[in-house]
Amino acid sequence: MNSAVEEIEDTRKFRSLWGDVWVQFRSHKGAMLGMVVFGIILFGVTLGPYIWTTDPQYLDIRAKNTSTILNCFLTGDQIFQCFSDPGSIKYFDPNAETLTRVKLSWAYPLGTDQLGRDQLAQLLQGGRVSMAVGMAAMLLSLVVGTVAGVLAGYFRRLDGPLMRLTDLFLALPLLPLLLVIIMLFRDTLRGLFGPETGIFLLIVFVIGITSWMQTARIVRGDVLALKEREFILAANSIGTPAKRVISRHIMPNILSPIMVSATLGIATAIITESALSFLGLGFPSDFPTWGRLLFDGTTYISQSPARVIWPGLAISLTVLSVNFIGDGLRDALDPRIRGR
Amino acid sequence: MLNFTLRRLMFTIPTLLLISFIIFLILDLAPNDPTGNLPLTIPPEVREKIRASLGLDAPMYIRYLLWCQQFFINEPLNLFNEWFGWCIGDCEGRLRVTSWATRSPVVDLIAERMPQTLWVVGMSYLVGILIAVPIGVISAYKQYSWFDQAGTFISMIGFSVPTFFTGVLLIVIFSVWMPNDSFFWLPSIYDTTLEVVDWSSFGQQVRQMIMPVMVLGLYNAAQISRFMRASMLDNLSQDYVRTARAKGLKEKTVLLVHVLRNSMIPVVTVIALGIPQIFGGAIITEQIFKVNGLGQLLIIGIQGADIPLVQTLTFLFAVLIVLFNLVADVLYGLLDPRIRYE
Repeated sequence: MNSAVEEIEDTRKFRSLWGDVWVQFRSHKGAMLGMVVFGIILFGVTLGPYIWTTDPQYLDIRAKNTSTILNCFLTGDQIFQCFSDPGSIKYFDPNAETLTRVKLSWAYPLGTDQLGRDQLAQLLQGGRVSMAVGMAAMLLSLVVGTVAGVLAGYFRRLDGPLMRLTDLFLALPLLPLLLVIIMLFRDTLRGLFGPETGIFLLIVFVIGITSWMQTARIVRGDVLALKEREFILAANSIGTPAKRVISRHIMPNILSPIMVSATLGIATAIITESALSFLGLGFPSDFPTWGRLLFDGTTYISQSPARVIWPGLAISLTVLSVNFIGDGLRDALDPRIRGR
Repeated sequence: MLNFTLRRLMFTIPTLLLISFIIFLILDLAPNDPTGNLPLTIPPEVREKIRASLGLDAPMYIRYLLWCQQFFINEPLNLFNEWFGWCIGDCEGRLRVTSWATRSPVVDLIAERMPQTLWVVGMSYLVGILIAVPIGVISAYKQYSWFDQAGTFISMIGFSVPTFFTGVLLIVIFSVWMPNDSFFWLPSIYDTTLEVVDWSSFGQQVRQMIMPVMVLGLYNAAQISRFMRASMLDNLSQDYVRTARAKGLKEKTVLLVHVLRNSMIPVVTVIALGIPQIFGGAIITEQIFKVNGLGQLLIIGIQGADIPLVQTLTFLFAVLIVLFNLVADVLYGLLDPRIRYE
């Protein structure tokens, strides 16, 4: 009897809110898989360039248009020779019609582009930029969205103007405007901050400033509901200033929708950046992102389809895993679903 | 209802004017020079004259009001003249919104490009809805079955994988890897000059439309099928479904007449709200498959710093968004008797 009571007390002691959330999150298979994939990609792009130290900008013009080493699987009976000494395989023809010269080398596992730049190194470097843009733009849109949402929800006077502003932003055709803004302000910012930082700042700013509206609406709705609750009334009645009510009582309670929009925000920011680069209006070729690599690869699509497949796969896997994480997080943070 | 619609329509006018002003402001504040692409040998005073001929020497508000006059008054009058032959005011010498690059009226350029975009976008939306509705219905009816699981996974992939990757992937598979003489080979470039006169050219038209339509269609289907499923699930657990079953109605009737009709209400509004976004998404798809539609026109305009063209096109996209928001609201009121805007 005594031991049974202790057991109950033990289980109670170890259950915290975030523990519960974690238990629920772990039961979502897609979310866990997404977490693993996202972790691998994040690890790859942050530490990858230190492990695979080839310079992504080095032009090895003799090795231009090298194919990926995976083409060895197509060589049939020469497959072992191909993997052990890829240089010795000079010719093979997948279609048996055209005699194409395919260069293979272990120095370039994913091949090189038309100028002899290593595709693997470019992919890792491009992923860094894509991820950095995604996270920075997400942070910006999150800050703007949360501030607008909290202000509109908490202060009645600001509600009207801020929500009209949100509606106005929602009515703007975003993709055309993004294209126009980047086209028009690109050169000025490049002149101000240098070619790379300038375009980075511009794209992060532009994506962040055009994607905060959903967060603002969700946050406003939650704040409006919270404001009527007793604990806010209690806080107000003992004279807590508005700044403290927001930071101590409101912010912790709206954390879960913010976290969900944060994960989904990374996905949309990465897709938007890639779409801009794909239309030729994002980062320049010598500062590649996944979208830019995909765009550059489309010109050579018939010679080496692998050049478009790798960056495309990287974008898709990242976005897919982030979306799954967001899905799991939404379920885990919803108290009506959690614990069922 | 009519009252509400009219009130909302009145409200859209200031909204649209404000949006057009914002677009104009962005384009005007941009530090670029439309004569910058001209040869350096042009002397400065000639350059100044070129700028004056484009109307750039006037102050900002004059240029904005001029654009407003041209777009909101002159262009509709011109359309009346062309369609019905009504001549109001000065029909010949009327100033129209003119593209800097081609020196032809922007509205004519848009009218040239409109059919291609409408064909591809409209068809893809139709295909998307036709795929999405049955999938949504079945996966809600058989919740947590293998079909539902697979549907959830595929729709997750559908809206995670960007259209510029699915498009390129389809090109790799069906245009590059597929042998040229195979039945499954599809052209990767949309040929706009193709005229459908007989069965063989009709076949060609169908073949070149398959890939762009499928790329956009699958993306739409992924989103709509999720809404369809959620809305079906909401309705399936309602009391009226139990009543219908208790009356002894056939399961097919319960599902397809009672539940489907009620679950379509929110889905129809989602479909209406999605139409303007589809036009935006078509910019990318048109670029992949080289369809010379509105999206491509916009890209050309942006690259050539053709301000009147970009201004008009972007504004038209904004009009679509505002208009379809209104359509969605009105549809909701018309379809759902519980909602009354009075």
